[in-house]
Amino acid sequence: MASAAQKRIKSISYAKYGYMFILPFFLVYFFFQLWPLINTFIVAFQGNGSETGEAVGLDNFKHLLQKVSLTQEENRKVLGIIPAESEDEIAALTAKKMQGTIHDDFVTAFKNTLILWFGNFIPQILLSLSLAVWFTDAKLKIPGKGFFKVVMYMPNIITAASVAVLFMSLCSESKYGAVNQLLHSMGIVKELEGPDRDVVKFVSGVWPARCVIMFIQTWMWFGNTMIMLMSGIMGINPSLFEAASIDGASSGQVFRKITLPLLSPIMVYTLVTSMIGGLQMFDIPFLYHDGTVVNKDVSTVAVFIYRHFHTGQKYQNYGYSGAASVLLFIVTLALGSITFYMNRDVDAIAKKKQRKELQKQMKLQNKQFGGLSL
Amino acid sequence: MSNMKSVYGQPKDNYMFKIRLKSTILFIWCVILTIICLLPIYILVINATRLDTDIAGGLTVIPGKALGKNIKTMREDFGNLFKPLIGYRNSAIITVSATFLTVFFSALTAYGIHVYDFKLKETSYMIILFIMMVPTQVTATGFLNFMAKIGLTDTYWPLILPAVAAPAVVFFMRSYMKSSFPLDIVEAARIDGSGEFRTFLTIAIPMMKPAIAVQAIFAFVANWNNFYTPSMILLSGDPDQKTLPMMISAIQASDKTGDLGVVYTCIALSIVPIIIAYVLLSRFIIAGVALGGVKE
Repeated sequence: MASAAQKRIKSISYAKYGYMFILPFFLVYFFFQLWPLINTFIVAFQGNGSETGEAVGLDNFKHLLQKVSLTQEENRKVLGIIPAESEDEIAALTAKKMQGTIHDDFVTAFKNTLILWFGNFIPQILLSLSLAVWFTDAKLKIPGKGFFKVVMYMPNIITAASVAVLFMSLCSESKYGAVNQLLHSMGIVKELEGPDRDVVKFVSGVWPARCVIMFIQTWMWFGNTMIMLMSGIMGINPSLFEAASIDGASSGQVFRKITLPLLSPIMVYTLVTSMIGGLQMFDIPFLYHDGTVVNKDVSTVAVFIYRHFHTGQKYQNYGYSGAASVLLFIVTLALGSITFYMNRDVDAIAKKKQRKELQKQMKLQNKQFGGLSL
Repeated sequence: MSNMKSVYGQPKDNYMFKIRLKSTILFIWCVILTIICLLPIYILVINATRLDTDIAGGLTVIPGKALGKNIKTMREDFGNLFKPLIGYRNSAIITVSATFLTVFFSALTAYGIHVYDFKLKETSYMIILFIMMVPTQVTATGFLNFMAKIGLTDTYWPLILPAVAAPAVVFFMRSYMKSSFPLDIVEAARIDGSGEFRTFLTIAIPMMKPAIAVQAIFAFVANWNNFYTPSMILLSGDPDQKTLPMMISAIQASDKTGDLGVVYTCIALSIVPIIIAYVLLSRFIIAGVALGGVKE
């Protein structure tokens, strides 16, 4: 029974406090996130460098997506080997060449992003899933589970920038590189220095460098994925596993018929977060290079965006990075929706339909009784 | 049916043996993974204590004695690039303020949505859920462009203030409140004459301590490790303004990286504090990750 005081309190409207409490969040959100997001779309249609702020329509997108290549003759004119007709022509050709470079850069970055993401996601999910299944298996007795979990999560907590520079030093191609030294002591690499040296080119080689980055990403993230999948498996009703083992199911059958289907919501979550994270991969590809120039063979879309709005104090190519961001946004949305669509619960949707049909029929029947619900 | 028969017909003498064998193999596999996880860190710590010339001679298991010398060389050669104490200070200023803002305002927003009934209640929550999906890097271009326009680049404000709006944390806190914050408490406080804001500060916050602690740790780690936003906003390259990850990247980009012993020392100085903190808080962090996996 509500007392008189409680009744009086209930009659007072506290709605204004609700607005007051959520106001700071939305103010800051609008100012620092929503407006920048809209602004990204605006600058995507504006010029670069000295033309910042001028509307250029779809030019940026065209430059990113359209393949441009100069003919040999044109190339020579730019280089000054063949005299051009006028200075305007040279300027036009230089612009065209720039455009071609930007297109090539973007396509390479996009390809790299996909390669690096696949290359780290597949080993990562296999490793984490198998470990999660084994760690949660009640029959197996693996000593020191807690310790293993702590150690395997650890790489995730370390500053990614430091990790990149650390691996850069470990994989160095000089005689100082620890990995090559290790291979040398195993006899795989024969000479560390001199003219006959056969060190593995972990930094300048295209695929070795990509493999190192995939390894770093897997190394950093498999512990995190493992713990999330473990908590998902522990959320499955244990009596299902018991029933399966009484019925004599093998561990493979249990995994395929019980664990995997019931784990799918968390798997989708992992897939989507990993995909969004993978498309944003920045720190390690950006810092994994020798010297000051970013290694193009491992540069990702995020690195491309960063390089264009951060080329210096004067020439910021907001247009290109904006256009690339918009494309990245569209790809993220598309991939996210595809994943959700593929993993939607078909049974649940069918059941919902059935229920609706039933309700319709019930309504019709009710009408026969004069609209009274029985 | 024949399948079943064969299962029940088999003598299970070797059952325990099989389980034990499988456990042993998995244990060895886990030990190998542990070594892979720890080896880079171990080599880092060992090489940080050795001279450049020793490192060229190959790997060792025992640490060297040159840590002091390496730090001295670091002060002399990298004095302008890598200033660990200033880096710790700058990172700490940004991280502590951003973490505080994140947990406080997320708790406030979640409380506002959970406790009060107002017209836009569900709409605002839906908006928060939706914006959780927008990747941060998509907004980066517009963010930098806007900050440059209003002259906030080279200040810490764009690194600290946006922490107020952290949709994922709000989502987490709201789910936590749903399960463990009864509304009767708010009414009891009202009857006792407590103001709305005071109820939040003195009753809601203490009750939400576990959720706040978990989110504070994750916000702290994310901000401490953040390299992207600070290097985007702090354009001037003033070494006294840089955060720790930026200093590490400055070492990477410099041409003085000849002395690997010193480079290892610098990396170790940036990594070791966070590993010590992790070892102390590991139980808590692992539990937090597991919780996040279930709730989100």
